[in-house]
Amino acid sequence: MTPALALERITCTFAAREDRSKRYTAVKDTTLVVAPGEFVSVVGPTGCGKSTLLNVAAGLLWPSAGSVAVKGEPLAGINRHAGYLFQTDALMPWRNALDNVVAGLEFRGMPREQAREKGEQWLRRVGLAGFGDRYPHQLSGGMRKRVALAQTLILGPQILLMDEPFSALDIQTRQLMENELLELWSADRKSVIFITHDLEEAIALSDRVVVLSAGPETHPIGEFAIDLPRPRDVSEIRLTPHFIELHGEIWHRMKSEVLKGYAQQQR
Amino acid sequence: MRSSKDEASRRPSTKLGARRLRAYQLLLAVALLAFWQVATSPTLLPPIYFDDPNKAAFFFGEPLKAAIRIWHWFASGTIYRHLWVTLIETLLAFVIGTVSGVVVGIWLALAPTASAVFDPYIKAANAMPRVILAPVFFVWFGLGIASKVALGVTLVFFIVFFNVYQGVREVSPVVLASARMLGASPRQLLRFVYLPSAMSWVFASLHNSVGLAFVGAVVGEYLGSSEGVGYLIQQAEGVFDINTVVAGIVVLTAFALALDGIVSLVERRLMVWQPRSGDTERL
Repeated sequence: MTPALALERITCTFAAREDRSKRYTAVKDTTLVVAPGEFVSVVGPTGCGKSTLLNVAAGLLWPSAGSVAVKGEPLAGINRHAGYLFQTDALMPWRNALDNVVAGLEFRGMPREQAREKGEQWLRRVGLAGFGDRYPHQLSGGMRKRVALAQTLILGPQILLMDEPFSALDIQTRQLMENELLELWSADRKSVIFITHDLEEAIALSDRVVVLSAGPETHPIGEFAIDLPRPRDVSEIRLTPHFIELHGEIWHRMKSEVLKGYAQQQR
Repeated sequence: MRSSKDEASRRPSTKLGARRLRAYQLLLAVALLAFWQVATSPTLLPPIYFDDPNKAAFFFGEPLKAAIRIWHWFASGTIYRHLWVTLIETLLAFVIGTVSGVVVGIWLALAPTASAVFDPYIKAANAMPRVILAPVFFVWFGLGIASKVALGVTLVFFIVFFNVYQGVREVSPVVLASARMLGASPRQLLRFVYLPSAMSWVFASLHNSVGLAFVGAVVGEYLGSSEGVGYLIQQAEGVFDINTVVAGIVVLTAFALALDGIVSLVERRLMVWQPRSGDTERL
């Protein structure tokens, strides 16, 4: 089967801003293949270049070496099959919730009435019916994330790229959002790359967890299939013995890298 | 630089009630006017400083006579033509200055090379006291409306230009990336991301730019024209009629306050998406 998304031997080297001769290799020789309908989480210590990898998959960043293929086709420019959920707020502050949700449809030239109808539908699906006329600053962090989710999913992307989307939320809101994400995902099984530094979140959500090494020159150091049954409830599944077993196993592999990453941040 | 905060929140809190505050403000105005009237009237007090009782009135004017002058202007309707001219000049200067500021601001913000080339010239043009261009504009555009508009435009343009430039430069990279992922073409980015973001900075400088358009109009009229409130003041000054000068200044001030009030209204309507200070409306 053709993979939905294939990153082959990606290397990303940046020139330092102050000194052009100094180079920093964020990601080195990384291969990541996502099957259609697969939910893959990528975990790694902070500052290890996880977001860089995701930007390459999105077509926002061109790798120094390596290739990206989407459904077998080499990627040129922005990845049109992908939706991107950012870590920080990416809503347009001058548009209200509904106008934010329909922005993508508007860019594609859908008639306004039709777009708004679809937008209302999606606001309902993410639990924000009646909040369409609110501006982002009038919404809580969790609600803004829901709007962003609706904004992305309304375009029906086959690939979903998520960059620590829930890291800014409090733990209860976060678990609610994770459950909602799983529910929305199970409806049509998109391919997902979910970046996180939270191992529990990664295991609870995914089919497969990829562990990255500490930066610089980040590369995968382990892959773990998560064979927990679906549908899952993220707050309950954390307590099952198999979850704890998987957690222990992956953490064992991650621990030294996390310490390395931590030591680097101290410098 | 954003100055869209409410007037009320900027005012230091006092223990006075709103009513008593108003009363004190009114009292201050009455006291000042009364002092002015008494000190300048040739008949009420013996001359304190001047040797001739009429000199004080000659130099400082008399508030009562100025008020009567204003009354006559409005009663006879002669002032409306001049106000109208000043208003038209102000509006034209504001609109032309804003539009050109937005266009050039966006262009230079998105074209780093052009921006680098133009940088010293823009700095120089901004540093130049542009009121001095008025004589040049008189030669180019004559003594009619056009020269005043040109003067106002040079004042407004830079305010708007710098704000738009800043606004476009400071568009959140995440919002930009997000819009691109949602499928926005470069033109759509300009229209749906850069422009709204820049407009928020334009609105933040709205009070300043309308004020400067007004300054351009009045100064232009004052320096050479046949119509407008600035012209009235200049004419009165020519015959040492201080009362009419004072009356003109009062009318101009009231006019400026009215313009500022309209700007505040427009601002409040158009900037609903921006949180106001102390705005706790969250759900």
